[in-house]
Amino acid sequence: MNPIAAIGRLSLDIFGEIGRMTTFAVEGALAAVTPPFYWRPFLQSLARIGYASLPVVGLTAIFTGGALALNIYEGSIFPDANAFIPQILGVSIVRELGPVLASLMVAGRCSSAMAAEIGAMRVTQQIDAMSTLSVNPFRYLVGPRILATTIAMPILVLIADIIGVYGGYLVSVYLLDMSAPIYINALIDFISHDDVTSGLIKATVFGFLIAVTGCYYGYRSGGGATGVGNATRTAVVAAAVLIFAANYALTSLFVDF
Amino acid sequence: MSEQTAKIEISGLHKSFGANHVLRGIDLDVAPGKSLVVIGGSGSGKSVLLKSVLGLIKPDRGTMKVDGRDVARHSASDKKFVAEQTGMLFQGSALFDSLTVWENVAFRLLYGEHKSRTKSKDKAIDCLAQVGLTAEVGELRPSELSGGMQKRVSLARAIAADPQILFFDEPTTGLDPIMSDVINNLIVDRVKAIGATAVSITHDMKSACKIADEIAMLYQGVIIWRGPPDELEDSGNPMVDQFVHGRADGPIQMQVRRYGKK
Repeated sequence: MNPIAAIGRLSLDIFGEIGRMTTFAVEGALAAVTPPFYWRPFLQSLARIGYASLPVVGLTAIFTGGALALNIYEGSIFPDANAFIPQILGVSIVRELGPVLASLMVAGRCSSAMAAEIGAMRVTQQIDAMSTLSVNPFRYLVGPRILATTIAMPILVLIADIIGVYGGYLVSVYLLDMSAPIYINALIDFISHDDVTSGLIKATVFGFLIAVTGCYYGYRSGGGATGVGNATRTAVVAAAVLIFAANYALTSLFVDF
Repeated sequence: MSEQTAKIEISGLHKSFGANHVLRGIDLDVAPGKSLVVIGGSGSGKSVLLKSVLGLIKPDRGTMKVDGRDVARHSASDKKFVAEQTGMLFQGSALFDSLTVWENVAFRLLYGEHKSRTKSKDKAIDCLAQVGLTAEVGELRPSELSGGMQKRVSLARAIAADPQILFFDEPTTGLDPIMSDVINNLIVDRVKAIGATAVSITHDMKSACKIADEIAMLYQGVIIWRGPPDELEDSGNPMVDQFVHGRADGPIQMQVRRYGKK
């Protein structure tokens, strides 16, 4: 095999996939914000993606906050290390760990579910059936999911931020003997409005990416159960990679500004 | 076609998937209010033909007129026009798992025509009654129904908006002989009741003879015979004869490759 041809084919495949997904994302965004709106599937998606993800996001946040507090305390070279805990923990949770970890958990839960559900609908001709019933399946299936995930994600991350910081509070106050008022005051003094906003902007972008990848791979799946399985796996991996890449890009942007 | 304008008119329809030429110039027309059944072996292109007319697959070339309008360009307005005129019963029923039975039947009314849930539910229950199902069934999920009931629900969904054209894709596949006959009777009854034009594809000869005003046979991407059901036995076409009698030997050779043989 000619290695140059192989590289060329691979490059074309990669750029082709990026192009298709970008087109899908733009069309999906338009379907989410232009009529006709399908309120029932939107509210169902909001409940499934937002409300049902609360336990897993909350647990992830509380344990991450607790572990982070311990690490800051144990890793510090200063004798009064616990004084730094609220500041470092607060900024880490609100800017990075809250949005990224919550989004990864939601990607695992929801991106896979979207790919599997839409993929199964594709292979059982339910999407074809929708077209024959005068309903645009893209608008009915993709638009509400993108809108719901994009709205739900910042709310989930805000809750994850609060729970994560509370996890750090529990460890700091009850395990490391830190004063509760000092922890709370240090947190309030150190976390800025911009820290919270940047985290929530990230969460909105991540929510959009989670829904787009789940819907994209589900909508394009074929080849029976194997095809749906592949779509599900690829959706989760793609969502995770895109979250990390977008996190870096957005962090660079926020640091510059 | 005679003096009457055809409800569906297909001319020189071609469709290939890579090197596989599935449709090789289909010419077919269906008069208003008539029931045409297209028969043919597995892989002969029946489903591709149906999906092309429905706008689910874009044909490579040829013309397709539905109610006088050429829809072969496959534009969004063409697809919308076809969807508004037609109802379809899918081979696997294709009911929406996440919705109740009545929501499935009323799907077009709820989400296509944006009618109220109360009015849509009333219409759905009426349609379910037309196919012999009670209002209680309407509250169930499709996964709670037997195959025969799923076909009935799919038929109810197809007729819910009183379409002018009905398509049936293998309506009796996977059903026992009695349930097949029940579905065939329902199809004949409902098509006549709403005065629709019907196009069905099947390889169930009993079903074909029961629901058809005319039968056309598709073989290797072209229509090789067309006539009324009572002429099927004496078609004079050896391929039709072999298919109708289900003989392995004859001019139609199935593409079977055995292990170890090229």
